[in-house]
Amino acid sequence: MRFTRTYKALGVAAVLALSLSACGGGSSNDSTDGSNAGGDTTKVITANTTEPGNGLLPANTNEVGGGRVMDLIFSGLVSYDADGAIVNELAESIETKDSQNYTIKLKSGETFSDGSAITAASFVDAWNFGAAAKNAQLNSYFFESIKGYDKVSAEGSTEDKMEGLKVVDDTTFTVELAQPESDFQLRLGYTAFYPLPATAYDNTKSFGENPVGNGPYKLAADGWKHEISITLVPNEKYNGPRKAKNGGVTFKIFNNMDSAYTEVQSNNLDILDQVPPSGLQNFKTDFDGRNVNQPYAGNATMTIPSYLPEFQGEAGQMRRQAISMAIDRQQIIDKIFYGNKKVAADFTSPVLDGYNASLPGADVLKFDAAKAKAMWEKADAISPWPAGKVFTISSNIDGAGNKEYITAMANQISTNLGIKAELNPIATFKEMRALVNSKKLTGASRAGWQADYPSLYNFLGPLYGTGAGSNDGNYSNPAFDAKLKEGLSATSVEAGNKLFNESQEILLKDLPVVPLWYQAVQGVWSENVNTVPFGWNGVPLYYEVTAK
Amino acid sequence: MLMFTLRRFLQLIPVFFGATLLVYFLVFATPGDPIAALSGGKPMAPAVEAALRAQYNLDQPFWVQYGLYLKNLVTLNLGQTFSGQEVSAVIARAYPVTARLAIMALAFETVFGVLFGVIAGLRKGKLFDSTVLVASLVVIAIPTFVLGFVLQLVVGVQLGWAKPTVSGSAPWNELILPAVVLGLVSLAYVIRLTRASISENMNADYVRTATAKGLSRRRVVVVHILRNSLIPVITFLGADLGALMGGAIVTEGIFNVPGIGNLLYKAILTGESATVVAVVSILVVVFVVANLVVDLLYAVLDPRIRYV
Repeated sequence: MRFTRTYKALGVAAVLALSLSACGGGSSNDSTDGSNAGGDTTKVITANTTEPGNGLLPANTNEVGGGRVMDLIFSGLVSYDADGAIVNELAESIETKDSQNYTIKLKSGETFSDGSAITAASFVDAWNFGAAAKNAQLNSYFFESIKGYDKVSAEGSTEDKMEGLKVVDDTTFTVELAQPESDFQLRLGYTAFYPLPATAYDNTKSFGENPVGNGPYKLAADGWKHEISITLVPNEKYNGPRKAKNGGVTFKIFNNMDSAYTEVQSNNLDILDQVPPSGLQNFKTDFDGRNVNQPYAGNATMTIPSYLPEFQGEAGQMRRQAISMAIDRQQIIDKIFYGNKKVAADFTSPVLDGYNASLPGADVLKFDAAKAKAMWEKADAISPWPAGKVFTISSNIDGAGNKEYITAMANQISTNLGIKAELNPIATFKEMRALVNSKKLTGASRAGWQADYPSLYNFLGPLYGTGAGSNDGNYSNPAFDAKLKEGLSATSVEAGNKLFNESQEILLKDLPVVPLWYQAVQGVWSENVNTVPFGWNGVPLYYEVTAK
Repeated sequence: MLMFTLRRFLQLIPVFFGATLLVYFLVFATPGDPIAALSGGKPMAPAVEAALRAQYNLDQPFWVQYGLYLKNLVTLNLGQTFSGQEVSAVIARAYPVTARLAIMALAFETVFGVLFGVIAGLRKGKLFDSTVLVASLVVIAIPTFVLGFVLQLVVGVQLGWAKPTVSGSAPWNELILPAVVLGLVSLAYVIRLTRASISENMNADYVRTATAKGLSRRRVVVVHILRNSLIPVITFLGADLGALMGGAIVTEGIFNVPGIGNLLYKAILTGESATVVAVVSILVVVFVVANLVVDLLYAVLDPRIRYV
């Protein structure tokens, strides 16, 4: 995947947080949790959400509010189960010999909820539509690995057919990528890759208000009441692994998680997938036996841009390592997040296939004040830290909890390294993005990543590859780039993962960002429903939830 | 009177355009890049980014942006939100809810405020008066968000008397709790204003005359004292109506009311100028009209005031 994008990613404000999320079928929670058995499968479940940022089109939905709805009303070639493993949905088979040319066969006889058939063209046309510049879809960069993307995505281009996509017959199509990418299959469950019925293109705006999909649910008639609720009912035409076990899902739109929390407390809302900071201390007692706290595919980091003059060369590398070792991550997790996160041991996430908690060199992420101080002094001997220079950490403070933990982190750095460190507060997320994109930071910045699809590469390539789309700190290391490329050319996901982990060893020395902790989802549910399973991406598996 | 009203309405025109210009400039001048924020920090294809900038005229200098906005405004086109909805439709959805909430809050503070204020004013220094004074001071001292969360927890969750948040259609009965929270601080002011005004007028000459004429106490209080004492209260309530119509960001947030306050707050955070300017301009009009009504009410309450 070549990421030559203007916009670079970073920590994501909760509201705008990108999600990915096809929730999986055949969930392990299902088989182990006996309380689901015998649940009422006719009642409607209510859950929190935020107002979708755009009309509900696969290639234009890039935030959680719309993403979770899309994943229920659409299904792609594959979906992800609770652990993030891919399960075939519409795909009969996806075959490749070289990780570059894929032959995809569809199950026959499947239809959209309006009865129209799902064919190879449903996918090919939808992907071409999503990629073409003239349609200005937010997720268009997801198609950039397909051959011919550069032509259709060029500014002002009127072409909308990528040469890498070819329909063979009604149930078969082929995909040719611009270069081998071993994790391409893992991406196919992401929202951007869903099919569209032929009627969608007549008027995409009104389709987005009232989409016709092929997922376990469909939008009820007049189901989307803006800023109020989104009502989904089961789709009887769905035959995949994620069959609805309840009578429908009604999403209530909340702008304030504190009020959503009180709604679950009074049993007016069934599922809340995001306990607000005010509830972190007590949610386990408030919802005894009705809560979850599990890691999902996201992490928090601190970017130290490579263009800062104080962080150049060998001394710069030592300084980054010293800062990393000066942070007592566990203390911050305990004091500020009430233990509800897990200290990072790499650059990815523990829920992913291929994750390794003990990579060589991961010691640099462990708190060691003495070693940190010694390392800092060694760096000072090479090139002294400018007298009176303050190490700033920029962060938007409109996201809950940011201010507190960064202040704590700055205090630890000050104390343990003997320099002055402080939070540089930025009022809003849009201001923060502009600052980071300008590449004119004078210090570190808060960052983080939420996976779009469950793959190690998704945590590495887009963030640290030279010139990559979300490489905020302008990190560049040819050895790392070569390792990534090798991993992408691997002929299996497993072989690729091994190489991706080797590339992480290079990152652990360079520390383009300082990994802090893995994110965890804190969810609660009402007395009206049985245990709610949560997926690899922190989104509840709504279709698995049964009423009492 | 007619001329006076007409003149005031004509004054609305420059005020309206001045407000749109000022607000448009303020949103323009706030730092940050709304389009970069739309991608949530993930990459965005350059062509997509350019298309979005062009769609919202963000690639134009300020005067061109504002000119295009005014041009659309003349044809009653308020523009689009970043999610592609018509701003006019979004406002039409949110405004009735805020208006309902504001009217309920205003009714609450007027009825109870004047009632308690009159009783306290008539029984100056007695137990009721002191209790009301202390209670109103406490209410003024507590920030709205504390009152809101506490009432939501106690009444909504623990006692279960009301739903903790308002459901989508925002029916009248569910708005009672938010309206009480919203009106509580103003209630305290209304009580204190009424009380002070009543106790001052009690010693006025015309009251003594009315009593000496042999009028019943009830008539003296209602017709003579109260009517004259209401002028400062009406002034306060008029300004308060304007403020309430502007949407209560805090209260609407706590009770998840899909009103204009929530809308405005979100639009400011994301830098959605079309929405911010449209909402604020409407608020300016509401404020001016509310003040006009108050001015006209003066004449009704006090015959000595005449408008020509």
